[in-house]
Amino acid sequence: MNDVDIKIKEIDEKIKKIKDFMNSSGIDLSGEIESLNQKKNELIKSLNPKSPWEIVQIARQKSRPNYEDYINGIIDSFIEFHGDRSFRDDAAIVGGIGFIDKFPVTFISHAKGKNIEENVKRNFGSPHPEGYRKALRLMKQAEKFKRPVVCFIDTSGAYCGVGAEERGQGEAIARNLLEMSDLKTPIISVVIGEGGSGGALALGVADRVFMLENAIYSVISPEGCASILLKDSGRANEAANYLKLTSRDLLELKVIDGIIKEPSGGAHNDAELTAKNVKSVLIDALNELTKMDVNDLVEKRYDKIRSIGVFLE
Amino acid sequence: MWKDLFVQRKYATLKVTKKNDFIKDENVSTDNIDVDMFTKCPSCGEILINMDLDKNLKVCLKCNHHFRIGSKERIDITFDKDSIEYFDTNMKSLNPLGFPGYSEKLKSLSKSLGINEAVVTGRGKIEGIDVCFGVMEPNFIMGSMGSVVGEKLSRMFERAIEMKLPVIVFCASGGARMQEGMLSLSQMAKVSAAVKKHSNKGLLYISVITDPTTGGVTASFASLGDIIIAEPKATIGFAGRRVIEQTIKQKLPLEFQTSEFMLEHGFIDMIADRNKMKETLHNILKIHMGVKGNE
Ligand SMILES: [Zn+2]
Repeated sequence: MNDVDIKIKEIDEKIKKIKDFMNSSGIDLSGEIESLNQKKNELIKSLNPKSPWEIVQIARQKSRPNYEDYINGIIDSFIEFHGDRSFRDDAAIVGGIGFIDKFPVTFISHAKGKNIEENVKRNFGSPHPEGYRKALRLMKQAEKFKRPVVCFIDTSGAYCGVGAEERGQGEAIARNLLEMSDLKTPIISVVIGEGGSGGALALGVADRVFMLENAIYSVISPEGCASILLKDSGRANEAANYLKLTSRDLLELKVIDGIIKEPSGGAHNDAELTAKNVKSVLIDALNELTKMDVNDLVEKRYDKIRSIGVFLE
Repeated sequence: MWKDLFVQRKYATLKVTKKNDFIKDENVSTDNIDVDMFTKCPSCGEILINMDLDKNLKVCLKCNHHFRIGSKERIDITFDKDSIEYFDTNMKSLNPLGFPGYSEKLKSLSKSLGINEAVVTGRGKIEGIDVCFGVMEPNFIMGSMGSVVGEKLSRMFERAIEMKLPVIVFCASGGARMQEGMLSLSQMAKVSAAVKKHSNKGLLYISVITDPTTGGVTASFASLGDIIIAEPKATIGFAGRRVIEQTIKQKLPLEFQTSEFMLEHGFIDMIADRNKMKETLHNILKIHMGVKGNE
């Protein structure tokens, strides 16, 4: 552990102490926590000298922890549910219920495989419309039973194919955005690997959006951007710089709310430790969000989504 | 007959246009000449007199091909004269990512098109009925949605809630604006959230899809109307045609991702010709207000 790591750990402990004190005394110290979190995010930023293109490579690592590692590391008694009740079950999205610590949750994740057989079955984590409709069905179910929703984002994008268009890929994504903006239960989203465009956002309208340190989240892949704007997909390296797709950049642009630390070198070096880090962030967020009045929660979510954007007038 | 006339004019103009272009490709050359008087229909090849074409709301008199039109023309043919109050006309895009070339592009486009962004929003009347509207401008960076498009549309929906008015949005867009990165993608969520808020108040939202509507706009507000109407043969889809062809390594049929295709697959309510659009919108609005006939 280097100095910065130690400092981050100290801040985490401080935050935990303040939160415990808040819970026992009822005194609101959320301002303190806010400023500590800011300090922590700045430290994380200072730690990370990798170039955006290097981070893209880490985010796409074949051995990077996937949905399964996190289910095993975070969720107790997970039970998977299937199907959109309309067309079929899309294995590119996995969903179900279980416990995170004391909280019963609905868990939904893009599912990338770790080998070719699983990737064929799961379409490399690129969902068809029925995948998004399954996700929405489970979210509405969570709303009914007042369970928080936890979404993990890990896809290069929604699938581009004939069947996907025939069954309304655009409509399916749009419907999720609309319904998630108003879902009357807490939603937390975490980008664990690749967050590719609309197909990622369809699980990303949330009260809290986190990114793993070396995850990426982008409107278009660096390759796609390079081939359109630079007329050369080989210049993806360059495009990755322009797109501001790293966790640090997106925290600065206020697109996300926090960064979750990875073991040095990347999450693939220690899946268990990564899952532990993610779990502790989730528990904090669940503690906070489940205490809120649900109408306040939804209103704050609207204001948060509403405030993203940069313009002049 | 007009074809003959055109051929004669073509020879007459040949001398004053770049000769090389003519030799290379006859189709390109016929598009280049006589822009001020004639237009060749890209669908049926008919040579149309611009005055006739304008009178027919930029729809081919022979084959009903709907040419793309800008936001100004769309507003002119849709809303009652002098009924319009525009919203947020001064809002401008910045270059928050420092994306190379973006600032220059914005500057030159707002100069050449005379508008600041890819959407015009406001309030106006359709045969006397008040609505709030958004009209996208397909010529402004392909009608793409960045922070300004998202913000203007969201504010328009919020104003419609305050004024208890229906909303009509004419969509035409290549999707999210790459040059604003994740800020653009986030606008999909933003406008969708505003649509939901408007909908929760029991207010009507009609989405009119025109050529082309793809990507992030299809995957947000274009697909979220209570009623969705499309112009004939508009391109509507999520993924780009070329991307799909590359993915599946096959050529796609011509009718793929058209209005007719979307109607058949159940994703739009109806197709309306441009010269029937205002009447169609008016009829829908009247039924929603419970006004029968010419009351
Ligand atoms: Zn024609």
